[in-house]
Amino acid sequence: MTSATATAPPPPPSAPVRPPLPPRRLYPGLEPSDRAFHGVARSVGMFVLVMTGSIGLFLGYQSIPTLRHYGLHFFTETQWNPELNKLGIAAVLVGTVEVALVAMTVAFPLALMFAVFITDYAPRRIKGWLVSAIDLMAAVPSIIYGLWGFFILQPHAINLARWLSQHLGFIPIFHVDTDPNAAVWQQSRYTSSAFIAGLAVSMMAIPLACAVMRAVFDQAPIGEREAALALGATRWGVVKSVVLPFGKGGIIGGTMLALGRALGETAAVLIIISPAYVIKPRILEAGTQTTSALIAGDFGEASKSQLSALLTAGFVLFLITIIVNTIAAIVIGRSRSGAATEI
Amino acid sequence: MTVVSSTTDPGATRRVDRPRKIRVMTFDDWMSLGGSLLSSLALVDIVYEHLLDGSGTVGFLVVWYLTFLTIYGIVVAMSNPRTLVVDRLVTSALYAAAGLVIFALGTTVVYTFAKGIHAVAHVNFFTKTMAGVSPTAPLNQGGIFHAIVGTFVEVGIAIAVSVPLGIGTAVYMAEVGGRFSRLVRTVVEAMTALPEILAGLFVYVTLIVEFGLPKSGIAASAAMSVTMVPIIARAAEVALRVVPGGLREASLALGASRWRTVRKVVLPSARAGLATATILGVARGVGETAVVLITSGASSFLTVNPVGSEMNSLPLYIFTSVKTGEPIAISRAFGAASVLLTIVLLLFVITRILAREKAVRR
Repeated sequence: MTSATATAPPPPPSAPVRPPLPPRRLYPGLEPSDRAFHGVARSVGMFVLVMTGSIGLFLGYQSIPTLRHYGLHFFTETQWNPELNKLGIAAVLVGTVEVALVAMTVAFPLALMFAVFITDYAPRRIKGWLVSAIDLMAAVPSIIYGLWGFFILQPHAINLARWLSQHLGFIPIFHVDTDPNAAVWQQSRYTSSAFIAGLAVSMMAIPLACAVMRAVFDQAPIGEREAALALGATRWGVVKSVVLPFGKGGIIGGTMLALGRALGETAAVLIIISPAYVIKPRILEAGTQTTSALIAGDFGEASKSQLSALLTAGFVLFLITIIVNTIAAIVIGRSRSGAATEI
Repeated sequence: MTVVSSTTDPGATRRVDRPRKIRVMTFDDWMSLGGSLLSSLALVDIVYEHLLDGSGTVGFLVVWYLTFLTIYGIVVAMSNPRTLVVDRLVTSALYAAAGLVIFALGTTVVYTFAKGIHAVAHVNFFTKTMAGVSPTAPLNQGGIFHAIVGTFVEVGIAIAVSVPLGIGTAVYMAEVGGRFSRLVRTVVEAMTALPEILAGLFVYVTLIVEFGLPKSGIAASAAMSVTMVPIIARAAEVALRVVPGGLREASLALGASRWRTVRKVVLPSARAGLATATILGVARGVGETAVVLITSGASSFLTVNPVGSEMNSLPLYIFTSVKTGEPIAISRAFGAASVLLTIVLLLFVITRILAREKAVRR
């Protein structure tokens, strides 16, 4: 402001003498009441920042003693056996990733197809209902999906698991350590597996991913859609050449968001799996363990040092989900959508 | 396709611009669809059930669907170009995917209510507690009154804490802004995905282990608030952002202060969105299982006091009952799940109504 006044040229001598007006101050500062309002709002923001941010710092701080005690073995040891002083999260991390990957393998295509169906294929009358259905699906508590997975899905899914191990058992991930072709097959070898837990978790991943994808697909420019139609494209042509390229950011971001949720899911997994602390690629076989289920199952009888170990496991989970989510946020933010509304 | 030749048409002024119809199914289309469905059903019925050694409804449906896709593709290809064949096949795949998702959601809701009806049919299920009642006692004894009360107390406290904080943060991020707000937004967005178990563990270690607070409703409320605040803040910020900037500018131009603008213009305009954000957070809080599992402790008696003693809640009750493995306890768990699902559905319907009002007012 002041520099503007300083550099203002002097009036030409021939002109009528008029003292130069000082430039109007564009930002006169805030009134006291507004300053108070800003202060309160800022302190609320601060408080929330401290409250949420402290979780990460707290978990990180609490995991120092464990990491110092166990060192890198904490990441390579598979057993979680406090009595023998053998603690490690190798098997647990593998289990977490397996469940999440199974969930996303199922959830990604279904969410993508459902999102495309809602935006471009569904009859206009039922479009609103489908959007509501996805929102409802996101609102159903995870414990109810756990019940569903355990009591309805599992009796059917073990047949699918057996079929997979019969025909694709030569691939290590579909192998089960039992005879799948036996006349009286061992059903209990197929229950409580990472596969079934992953299927239940996918029910929670689908609505998250689908909601993001649908929101982005809906914003695909109508002009480009109509241009494609005018050039003779079919509906699939429009989707393939306009909607999907436009929504790429939303597809990736929504999937990552759902992956973050799948990695941290607790209740449904805890109901379905039976704990097993081994690294195994055999997702169809009974027994696995995830980080969150480990914490929920073991915190009760944990001593001080075990609690620290659980907190370390939690910190690792925290880091993974935060990284996944931050990537998701960046990807969604960079996509072409999300501009503000103005009159 | 009928092309109206414009040069020779004398009544050029009356020419109607007819849009190309993209969603129309001709008689031919319907016939090829129905025929393919029927023929694939007949084929699979014979081959799968009688010639091959297949069994099971799921397998039958999968094989039927794949056969249908093949036959439908061939039938459509007989009279249509390749692009149309692809379009038809993709359409049927999309319908199947949508049907599968809706079916899964439908079975979840219907099955929960169907299994819950045995327990819910008894009035004592809503009025009695499980104090002194064995988990294997018949359904006409005991109930989940304590869990319902516990859920309402815990969620009530969590709402009282997290709604002001969440909406305040949203106001800060959307209306006040500044360099610092970007950091707040980044952290809040990252925290919306915080696994609930970690929020529970955080509260367990700080409040219960370090400060010696007993497992109680207030601890559960604190942990719930930690997960609800980011959700409410994020959704509320979106609601505040879609308030048209012109309204704000009009208010400021009339001489209103920023606080008055926020209070009289921005917040009222975004009321529906803010209510939706709140309900989103509440729906999340009501269903949180891992949090209450760690922090509140499962009592079998009625507690109204959130401080000092263990307090049960619906998700925790469901979880502990299912884990017993007793058929009667599982039946009660499904009863509690129906109640929980009803609460979530009610919240959901309220959200929809609010959202619709917003749409009408626009």
